[in-house]
Amino acid sequence: MNVGILYSRIRKDEKLLLSELRDRDHEVTKIDVRKQTFDISEAPAAFADLDIVVDRCLATSRSLYATQFFEAYGIPVVNSHETADICADKVKNSLALEKAGVPTPATKVAFTKETAMEAIEDFGYPCVLKPVVGSWGRLMAKIDSESAAEAILEHKATLGHYEHKVFYIQEFVEKPGRDIRVLAVDGEPIAGMVRSSDHWITNAAKGAETDVFEPDEEALELVERASDAVGGGLLGIDLMETDDGYTVHEVNHTVEFKALDEAVETDIAGTVVDWLEEKAKAADPDLEVTA
Amino acid sequence: MTECVECGAEVSLHDDLEVGEIIDCTTCGAELEVVDTEPPVLEQAPELEEDWGE
Repeated sequence: MNVGILYSRIRKDEKLLLSELRDRDHEVTKIDVRKQTFDISEAPAAFADLDIVVDRCLATSRSLYATQFFEAYGIPVVNSHETADICADKVKNSLALEKAGVPTPATKVAFTKETAMEAIEDFGYPCVLKPVVGSWGRLMAKIDSESAAEAILEHKATLGHYEHKVFYIQEFVEKPGRDIRVLAVDGEPIAGMVRSSDHWITNAAKGAETDVFEPDEEALELVERASDAVGGGLLGIDLMETDDGYTVHEVNHTVEFKALDEAVETDIAGTVVDWLEEKAKAADPDLEVTA
Repeated sequence: MTECVECGAEVSLHDDLEVGEIIDCTTCGAELEVVDTEPPVLEQAPELEEDWGE
């Protein structure tokens, strides 16, 4: 099959996928989104022979538009635009999890400094302020006091892009110094890891230590439900442990798996490509997906 | 081996280089993007933007 890889940066994650696809003799078309124009009615000629496209755009805005174009052109794309749209925005992500009854941290959204301050005071200290778009733990703030809250809200309102004037405020979850990332395809886990750090932010991108996580039944069920809640796909589901069980704080749609690949024995790229072959076959039953 | 476009130091490249990949210059720390592999050509990598991430 001919697999399009939509990208703007080739990270180690993309290299793992490219290598696995080439090892299986699949044709690979690398599509640098920065060099592409998208016509609203006609697919670019370069897309003519693609059987499936994998969206690996690093920039959320590009990912959101590009997935819409591929769907409009009738070319299967993973993840779907619906999934990207929900996962790219923390507000939509939280609403989808809540609607599906998946345990998720208590969250409030406010549009002005004054109402944000009210929400923060409601939660009490500490609580957490996050940007609605963005990842790798950037611009996240653990707010310990009223004076810190006032300063951060003032900075965001004055210096930020308009998206920083959407104040996403969350309860601070007392996790045991670690959180959990499970990589899953359509709700079925490929592998999981715990990310431990002395810092309250436990992202691998922030240097957290990683170790294997074997999901128990509760985690398996939540991963499946969280995946369904956002429309399925290749996803990174982030969980935290609380006294009452797990809470799912986020589902990531252009998930990075290089840290997971180093932490576990599972052949992650191989399993992802198995899944891509299934997806392409489902879209076109006549397609020959093995070399 | 090729030259860092920022500081001119030699940058060693691995075998499985990909167009679009980011290489760090170990001398000046600049992020460099691979724009061609045969022969390898490096350019300054674009700045990180707020909506970049997984």
